[in-house]
Formats: sequence, C-alpha cells, structure tokens
Amino acid sequence: MLAPTGDTVISVRDLVVGFGTHTVLDHLSLDVYRGEILGIVGASGGGKSVLLRTIIGLVPKRHGKIDVLGVDADTATIDEQRAMGRRWGILFQQGALFSSLTVLQNVEFPMREYLTLSDRLRREVAVAKLEMVGLSAADGDKFPSELSGGMTKRVALARALALDPEIVFLDEPTSGLDPISAGDFDALIRTLQQTLGLTVFMVTHDLDSLKAVCDRIAALADGKVVATGTVETLRNASHPWVQTYFRGRRAPARA
Amino acid sequence: MENEISDATPSLVVTTGDRGATFGIVGDWTARHAATLEAQMESAVASAGGETRAVTLNAAGLGRLDTYGAWLIERLSRELTSGGRPAHLADLPARYHDLMEEVSQTHRTPPPAQRGGFWLGDALDRIWRSTTGLGHSFEIFLNMLGAVGLAVLRVLAKPSRFRLTSAVHQLDRVGWRAVPIILLITFLIGAIIAQQGFFHFRRFGADDYVVDLVGILILREIGVLIVAIMVAGRSGSSYTAELGSMKMREEIDALRTMGFDPVEILILPRIAALVIALPILTFLGAMSALYGGGVVAWLYGGMSPTIYIARLQEAISITHFQVGMIKAPFMALVIGIVSCSQGLQVRGSAESLGLETTTSVVKAIFLVIVLDGLFAIFFASIGM
Repeated sequence: MLAPTGDTVISVRDLVVGFGTHTVLDHLSLDVYRGEILGIVGASGGGKSVLLRTIIGLVPKRHGKIDVLGVDADTATIDEQRAMGRRWGILFQQGALFSSLTVLQNVEFPMREYLTLSDRLRREVAVAKLEMVGLSAADGDKFPSELSGGMTKRVALARALALDPEIVFLDEPTSGLDPISAGDFDALIRTLQQTLGLTVFMVTHDLDSLKAVCDRIAALADGKVVATGTVETLRNASHPWVQTYFRGRRAPARA
Repeated sequence: MENEISDATPSLVVTTGDRGATFGIVGDWTARHAATLEAQMESAVASAGGETRAVTLNAAGLGRLDTYGAWLIERLSRELTSGGRPAHLADLPARYHDLMEEVSQTHRTPPPAQRGGFWLGDALDRIWRSTTGLGHSFEIFLNMLGAVGLAVLRVLAKPSRFRLTSAVHQLDRVGWRAVPIILLITFLIGAIIAQQGFFHFRRFGADDYVVDLVGILILREIGVLIVAIMVAGRSGSSYTAELGSMKMREEIDALRTMGFDPVEILILPRIAALVIALPILTFLGAMSALYGGGVVAWLYGGMSPTIYIARLQEAISITHFQVGMIKAPFMALVIGIVSCSQGLQVRGSAESLGLETTTSVVKAIFLVIVLDGLFAIFFASIGM
C-alpha cells in the first residue's frame, strides 16, 4: 500500500449536486492523492457516478469547489479547461468508443488532436497501448460493434491512457465482466498504474477489485463520504450502510 | 531535482569512443517532444551507418519518460540491433524500469499483412457490389412486404392482437401533427401553380383554363405526390431512426426472444398509421392547394371566387379526385415498408444509423415517384 504522499491531485470541498428537488451529493468533501488508486463505493443510485461526472465537468454543481491538478474549473480559462483533456483520461461505463472509428483510430484520436507526431510513431504507440492493455495489433482494425464487453473495456482503457494522462477516471471498469476477466482487468490497472505512475479514481461495485487494487476506499452514503481508508478500516467503520456492505453476505470472507 | 533535469531540452547525444558509440539519452523524453526526438533518432541511426560496433544507450541524463519516449528508446534499440549493431540500455533510472519493461513487450509479433491495393480490381469490385446491392435491397423490400402481409393475416385471424394504442399514437404523430405543415406547403404549391398559369396563359387569352390546370394537376398528381414526399421525409425518416436505434440497443432482439414478432408489434401499427394518415393528409392537402389557387386567381388573376368555384365544378370530375386518392394508401405502404426495413438494417455504429436514414428517405421518395408513373400508365389504360 502506498501511503498518501500528501500531494493532492483532486480536491473536492463542500460539493452539492442535485437534480430538481432531489439532492444527490450533499456537502461532500474528498481528497485524492498523487499516485494512489482510490475506490469509490456506495449504493446503486447513491451518486458515485454523479460524483465522477461532476469532477470531470459533465454534471453542473450547485455549490462547492473542485480542484483537479490545481485547476478550478470555475475560474479556469477556456484554454486551461481544454488542456485538462490532455492530463486526464476517462473510461466510461459503456466504453463510449466512437462507433464509426476502428479500435486503432479510437486510440489514435486523442493523439491526433493533441500531439504532433509522425503517422508511423502515432500508429506504433497506439498499437503499443493496445498491447499493453492485453489486445493485439490485429484487433486494431475491428469496429467497436464487433467487440465483446471485455474487449470494449480494454480498448476504452487504451484510449483513456492514450496521452499518458496523470489521472485516470474509471467508471465501473469491471462491471459486466466475468470474475476471471475482472481479476485480469484489476491486475492490468495495477500494473499500468505502477508503470505509468497514474493516479486512479475508480468507481466500482466490485468488492474483489476494491480489495485487490485500491490503496484507499471512500464510501459514499447519504450524499456524503462517510468513511475512507483501507478495506480493513472500512470493515470496522461505524456507519450502518458501510458495515452491511463490507460484512454482508456478499462480502468476501475475511482474508 | 526533477525540475532541474527537465529544463534540459531532450536530445540524443552521439559520442564515439574507443569501445564503440554511446547515444546519450538526455532530457524529457515525453509525448510533447516525440516528433523532434524521432527525427534526431533517425539521423543518428543514419549518420553512423557502416558501423558495426556495439552501441550503449546511456540514459543517465534522462529527465521524465512516458510511453512515447519509452517506445522511441525501444525502437532505437531494435533498429540498431537489427542493423547489426547490438545495443544495450544503461543507467536507466530505477523508477522507469517497469515502464521500459512493459513497452519492450509490445510490437513483438509482426503486424498483420496489409491487403494490397489494386485500383482496377477495387473499382470493379465496387461496381459488382453496388449491382448486387440493388438486388439485395429489392430483396429486403420484398421480405418486409411479406412479413407485414403475414402479420396482417395473423391480425385478421385474431383482431385482438392488433396494437391499437400504438397505432393511434403513431396516427397522432404522422397524421394529426403533420396537418399544419402539409396545409401550408400545399397552399403555397397551389398558389404557385395558379400564378404561373395566369402569367403564361394570359398571353393567349386562356385565363379560364388556369382553373382546369390547377384542378386536374392538383387532384390527380401534385397533391398526393407532394404530401407523400413530405411524409417520407418527415415520418419515414423518424421510423427508420427509431427502429434503427432500437436495433442498436438490442430492444428488437429482446422482443424477439420474449416470443413477440417485432413486425407485428412495432412495424404493423406504424405502417397502418401511415396508410390511414396519408389519404387524409392528401385530401386536406388537395383542398388547401385548391384554396391557394383560388386566392391567387382572385388577387392576381382577377377572377372572383364564385367564378373560380363554378369553373372548378366544370373542369374537374370525381374521377380526378379518385385517381389521386386511390394512389395515396399505396404510396403510404411503400414509404412504411421502406422506412421500417431500412431501420432494421442498422448495424452497431452511429454512422450506419445516419446512412440508413438517408437511404430510407431517398429510396422512399424514388419509389413514390416510380409508383406514380406506374399508376399514370395504369389509369391511362383503363381510361380513368
């Protein structure tokens, strides 16, 4: 386990997000430290994905302050906001691959937009990214509609990593994968995090992946972060939902 | 400390010593500098051509490294080695060992062979494909016609199977809500035909025949054609897009696996709504166009409404009206079949949804006009 280095890359303060009369996140505060893998857990519909989408600017917030890599989206210029696109990578729940582009073109897309590279180098790095996430160069010519669920996730990860970002946001990376594939995917995230020195912000339901890869876990309930820490810390947390989650019937037996 | 190093511009420094060449990897080898580094690398490899002694890649001066830089180093090392100059990497900072190791695992299998291009073959291939594609699209049309026919038979055998709610909902969308725009367009068309008629017929004093022109043209041909084209563009396209996105989201597969027939549940109510709506819209459109013609006759041609109506009664017969109205449901059927069958042709991508929607509208309008021509021949030969 990596100890928090104290270097905060994402800082969320007093965040309120709601839709209509329904408040999803209620004065939530959270810090993410450089180089860690943070897992976010919480009930379905409890606002995990909303938190992720608010941090990356897809959902408007009502109140609060969000700093990502020292940039506050409220006060940042358009150029600064655009530059964030280079510094983070996002794996959407359904992959969100561009359906009219091939796998390789999907991975090359951010490179083409942000970097000046020779065609050869861009292609080679894109293939290298595909191979790093466990696909082969031959998969590069396929279209997203021809991929299985697991391959879609891998391609989406390769695209999220295309620019060697500092932060990667993963929205339920292992959902819809069988336990073996999910385990492989966890290991992959771990390896890539170590080799590329990433900070990973991961929303997940999967207790196994929480145990396997996360340095720290933040539990979301009632619109707030009710507990943070390792699996062991959370097992002993006082909040009833967290207790049920980590000690419930579906929780893995104590290691 | 890292900042001090990263201030150095990245470069590849070539020094030749007694024990062979050393390529010094200096500065930040990151994506931003990848293009310049690649160029330097190529010239370094080329300049030392003919050398066969080993090369040391010295990474002691390396600042930051990312996948791009790591791959460039790996590629340099492989190019040198395959050129007969064994290369090895030295003094790589420990924090980058994992990355270098990971990147060195990639590109180990040769890339798949590219299909050779042969333009004449490609061109012939394309012609062949589009020819067979024509037959294929006719087959799709017939398939859907047959499937709808079967669904109609099943519904006739057991009328409670018909989705009345859905059909009424579709009727509201394609019929009722289309009324304002249809009225407006046909009004304008009627007015334009009358204006052109007066303008040209006046030269040889045939003003009265403008009413014949407007009446016969609108009731027999233009009314139904304009309305059918409008409906193909307005409702046909939305049918294709709806069914296409249902196909993409596997909703149609879900229906099928539950034991329902998508043709019966989704397509039949839509086509039924069109077949009912189009004659009504045609009638309304024709009336609106005649009204438009009358307004122009009054304001522009100086023909009083009473005379216009009296002339209209003489000029047109119930036959002209029937010819127009008989065509309407058949055109509706063609539009419905084409738009629904194209919707089911949609594959996974957003692009194919757009493509099929375009194809649907183009094909529906084309077929409507062809059908109109066939009807013209048919009515002429039976003397209507």
